[in-house]
Amino acid sequence: MTSPLSHPFLQVENLARIYPSPTGGDDVTVFDHVNFRIHKGEFVAVTGHSGCGKSTILNILAGLDAASTGNVFMDGREVAGPSLDRGVIFQSHALMPWLTVLENVSFAVKSRWPRWNKQKVCDHAMRYIELVGLKGAEHKKPSQLSGGMKQRVGIARAFSIEPKMLLMDEPFGALDALTRGVIQEELLKICAETQQTVFMITHDVDEAILLSDKIMLMSNGPHARIAEIVNNTLPRPRERSAIHKQPHYYPIRNHLVDFLVSRSKQFGALRDAPDATSSPTVFDPADLLESFESTQPELNVVPAPPVGKPHIHLVNA
Amino acid sequence: MKTRLSLNQKSTLLSLVLFGVILLVWQLATLPQADTVAAGVDPEYAALMGGGGATAASSFPTPAAMGQTLWDKLSDPFYDNGPNDKGIGIQLAYSLVRVLGGFFLAAMVAIPLGFVIGNSRVIYQAVDPYVQVLKPISPLAWMPLALYTIKDASASSIFVIFICSLWPMLINTAHGVANVRHDWLDVSRTLEVNPLRKAFRVILPAAAPTILAGMRISMGIAWLVIVAAEMLVGGTGIGYFVWNEWNNLSLTNVLFAILMIGVVGMALDSVFGVLSKRVAYQE
Repeated sequence: MTSPLSHPFLQVENLARIYPSPTGGDDVTVFDHVNFRIHKGEFVAVTGHSGCGKSTILNILAGLDAASTGNVFMDGREVAGPSLDRGVIFQSHALMPWLTVLENVSFAVKSRWPRWNKQKVCDHAMRYIELVGLKGAEHKKPSQLSGGMKQRVGIARAFSIEPKMLLMDEPFGALDALTRGVIQEELLKICAETQQTVFMITHDVDEAILLSDKIMLMSNGPHARIAEIVNNTLPRPRERSAIHKQPHYYPIRNHLVDFLVSRSKQFGALRDAPDATSSPTVFDPADLLESFESTQPELNVVPAPPVGKPHIHLVNA
Repeated sequence: MKTRLSLNQKSTLLSLVLFGVILLVWQLATLPQADTVAAGVDPEYAALMGGGGATAASSFPTPAAMGQTLWDKLSDPFYDNGPNDKGIGIQLAYSLVRVLGGFFLAAMVAIPLGFVIGNSRVIYQAVDPYVQVLKPISPLAWMPLALYTIKDASASSIFVIFICSLWPMLINTAHGVANVRHDWLDVSRTLEVNPLRKAFRVILPAAAPTILAGMRISMGIAWLVIVAAEMLVGGTGIGYFVWNEWNNLSLTNVLFAILMIGVVGMALDSVFGVLSKRVAYQE
């Protein structure tokens, strides 16, 4: 992990998205006061209920959408518009159905390195197709592939341009649980190999714990914001089959589920405070383990919202 | 043992039966009739009018006569004995050249223009009223204007083909381009694909099935219109041939021309059928 003292790779400052009301009334603020930092090589997962603006934030980071206020800086430069520096994996895989697997990946490679000759583009694309285990299917059209294979092509395409940062919008949301598990492990391996910086949206708590270094929890919209950040210090390399045996696994999991079930709604009070600022509460697994053990007679039961623990109060609230 | 026929075999069989029934009805309808001459009409008068004799043949061709014509015409399709006697191949070639000429001119205008219109909401809405007014005009209504301004009969018929092929291609191209899936455009934006490459590698293949459907409709209409246009301007072409044979009172030749128009039209359509299969994609 990168030292927290180092300059953050991605810095998001005071991001907000405000829509004018269609009926002419008050404007609708989807989210505001969104601040966070991502260090190089860090894997950050964001979760929250639908409508809190997660996807909009991702699109702003990608440069596909613009914020109403606030700034995004990556590598010291302001993000304005899409760039090859940020690869995007879309939930709908977004492969071009008239191109084969190889052509889809080559299209990206050729966009990244327009001067490369055909052979070099093809070799480079093939390397990433092999990386996601699709060797032998490179001449198939997307319609001949299963959902999981299509998403693998999407992953290969995003990695093939060797972006400085990878953005993933619920990449496995449309897959069945088994396929999802397999691809998550592959992604884990590829990210470890490439030291990729990743920002991922997910609704799957287990996926967030398995993959990420940091889990950001968003409160419900309107006026959504990042309410809590959980540092996921579970040791790497992680394995899907063994990760739940880690002592910190269930405390983290329960904390996340608990947030989504009840605490995500309670941040309404926060936003009404006139001087509400933007620092989310940061949790470390050690704290969670402590509260977990004190409130929890047995595993796998969601604890009541931890009350009275000193680390629960909201900073600056 | 009873063998089951495949779907194809069944439909082929039924097709042949239908063909037989049509021939039979045709044969029966054109049988020489003994009492063609109505009772009470002076036989001498009837003879003067050309209906003389006890067994007057129908002036509508029989299937056998038709078959004979078919054989004769098709065995020598490219003869040229002056302006009023050319082989069917030559006449069809004239018509095809005009249709293809007008059609490709229209494609060269409609597809780029459709791209521009489909890419911009503002231009789309600005141009839409003009298209809506111009589209329902019968292409033949342009003929006097074309003859007056172009002053050449053959070029005028090409212009008429141009104007009737334009609208379906323009509308379909604009529609196809405007409805390219957002995901694909987002992908090309994140890959910083330049506009020209985006147009040819993303938008064009994405919209190709819609564009080709428009071209197919245009070609169908163009082939319908050329017959009427050539009847008006005369000189050469399959439309002129039909009109000329009507003036010759040769229903056999008229029927033959009708059959040829159908066959060529079918061939043109199936070319576009093959092309649309080639650009089709399955999501």
